[in-house]
Amino acid sequence: MAWELMTEKWSGEVSTVTIGATKEEGGTRSHTLKIGGEKSLPCLFQEGNIPHEPKVAFEIWDIAPLDWPAELMLPYAETLRDPLEWANKCVRDYKAQGLCIRLQGAHPDFGDKSPEEEAKLIRKLLKEVSVPLIILGCGDDAKDNLLLPACSEAAKGERCLIGCAVQDNYKTIATSLLADGHNIIAESPIDINIAKQLNILISDMGLPLERIVMNPTIGALGYGLEYAYSIMERSRLAALSGDKTVASPFICFVAQESWRAKEAKNENSPEQGVIWEALTATALIQAGADLLIMRHPKAIQKVNQYIANLFGGK
Amino acid sequence: MFIIGELINGMYDNIGRAIKEKDKKEIQRCALEQISCGADALDINCGPASKQPLLDMPWLIESVQEVTAKPLCLDSSNLKVITAGLKAAKNKTIINSVTADSEKLDTLIPLANQFGAQLIGITISKKGIPQNKDQRLELAATIVSTCVDQGFPIENLYLDPIVLPVNVAQAQLKDILESIREFKIISEPAPKTTLGLSNVSQSTNARNLINRTFLTMAIAYGLDSAILDPKDNQLMDSLITAELILNKNIYCDSYLEAYRKK
Repeated sequence: MAWELMTEKWSGEVSTVTIGATKEEGGTRSHTLKIGGEKSLPCLFQEGNIPHEPKVAFEIWDIAPLDWPAELMLPYAETLRDPLEWANKCVRDYKAQGLCIRLQGAHPDFGDKSPEEEAKLIRKLLKEVSVPLIILGCGDDAKDNLLLPACSEAAKGERCLIGCAVQDNYKTIATSLLADGHNIIAESPIDINIAKQLNILISDMGLPLERIVMNPTIGALGYGLEYAYSIMERSRLAALSGDKTVASPFICFVAQESWRAKEAKNENSPEQGVIWEALTATALIQAGADLLIMRHPKAIQKVNQYIANLFGGK
Repeated sequence: MFIIGELINGMYDNIGRAIKEKDKKEIQRCALEQISCGADALDINCGPASKQPLLDMPWLIESVQEVTAKPLCLDSSNLKVITAGLKAAKNKTIINSVTADSEKLDTLIPLANQFGAQLIGITISKKGIPQNKDQRLELAATIVSTCVDQGFPIENLYLDPIVLPVNVAQAQLKDILESIREFKIISEPAPKTTLGLSNVSQSTNARNLINRTFLTMAIAYGLDSAILDPKDNQLMDSLITAELILNKNIYCDSYLEAYRKK
C-alpha cells in the first residue's frame, strides 16, 4: 500500500532578513545573506517552503583572544593579532560567506578601546573584505550604548546585523540601527516570554519585526542544548501559527558555547573541540537555527557540508 | 479565535440610516473600525427595517469590499437575500445561517458548495428552540450528516448552539456551554463552533460584563469563533487573556498588545 506523508498546514512564516547591502542596494558588499522565510518546521521539506538554507559566519575578534584553546588558535596563528588579517584569512583561505566581529577589546576589562577606535576598525574592515558583516558589542551595557551607535554609523548603508540588544538595554541600540539601516540582534536568556517581549519593545521603537534576528541563547552539546532546542521549537510553532512577534530568524552563537565545554578542550584528543562545535551546530540546525556563528574552519567546513547535503536535495 | 464583527447590522441606528441614505462612507468606517479592533470577518445584516433587502445586501457587500478583503458573513434568514449577497461578494463568504430543517439544508448546502462559502449551522428547527443539550446535539448531528451527504467540507462548517438570554433561559446556559465541547466530537474532522454572543445579555443591565464572562467560559469549552462587538475593549482583553490561559499564545508582559499586532 502506498504511504501518505502526514503534513501540517501552517498559516504563518518566519520573516526573511537580509544581511549586507550590495552596490545596487547602497552598500559595498559583494553579496548578501538571506536568512529565515521558512514556512515549515526545520527540515520538513515536504511540509512547506524553506527558501534559504542556514548560513555560517566566521567569528573574529578585534583583539587576540587570550583564553581560546590551542587547537582553536592553530588555524589562524599569527593573524589573531590583527583583525584585518584574520578577516582576510577567513575570506581568502576558508571562503567565509559572512564575518561576525566581536568588539571584545572595547570592554572595560579587556582594553577599553574607545568607540571611535572601534568605528575606525569597522570602516577598515568593510574596505578590507566584501562579505556581509555581523557586529557584536563587548557585552558591557554602558559601553555598548556608546560603542554600537558609533559602529552603526561607521557602517551606515551596509545593512549589517548588529547586537546584542537585551531587555534592559535596547533603546539606544535600536534607535541608531534604525537610522543607519541595519538589522538588530535581540537576545533573551533562554526565555520565550522575554524573547517575545523584547521583539515587541524593539518594534515599538519603530524598527520593524522584519529587521530583528533573535538570539535565543544556546547551550552547547551536553550543556543545556535541549533547553535552547525546546525554546526554539516553541517559538517556531507559534511563528508558523501566525504569531509575527516571535517569527524572527535565529542566530546561534555556537562556538562561544561549544568551546567552553571541557570536552572541547581535551588536550589528549585535540580534534574533540571541532567535533563538539560541529555537533552543537548541526543539532541547532535541526532546532531551526538560521545563522550560526562559528570559529574553527574544520568545524565550519563540516557544517557547511552537512547543510549542503541536507538542503541541497530538498 | 475567529472574530466576526457584529456591528454592520441595520438594527443599529447609524447603519439603518446609512442603508436608507446610501451612505457608503459610514458603512466603510464601521467595517474598518471593527477590523482595527481585531475582527477577522464582518457580519453583514440589513436589519428588520430594510424594505428592499435584495438590493441592500449587495450594496452593503460592495461598499465593504471596497475597503477590505476580509471574509463577509451574510446574515439573513431569507434565501434570496443570501443568494443576492453571494453573487455580489468577491471576498470569502460565510452563510449565516442554516437551521436543521431538511428544506433549509437542502437549499443552503448546495448554495454554499456552489459559491465555495462557509456555513453556520444553527441548532434550531421548525419545532423551535432546543430545550436541552441532547436536543442541541441531535440537531447538530442532523446538520453535520447532511453536510457529509452533500459533500460539504466539515472544516468549513460552524455550529452555533443558539445562545439564549440569561434572564430568559438561565437554566440552559450550562447546557449551551457543554454543547460547544460535544459538537466537536460529532465528526472527524470536527466542525467548528461559533455563537452570537450578545444574545446572552439581551435586556439585562450588565451587558458587557455578562458578555465577557460568558465568552471567557465558552472559550474554555473550546469555542472557535464568535460574532461579537470587537469595539468592546474589555471584551477583547478577556478573550485574549482566556486564550492565553489556554496556552494558545505565548505569554509576554505586553501580551494584549502582541495579540493585537498579529
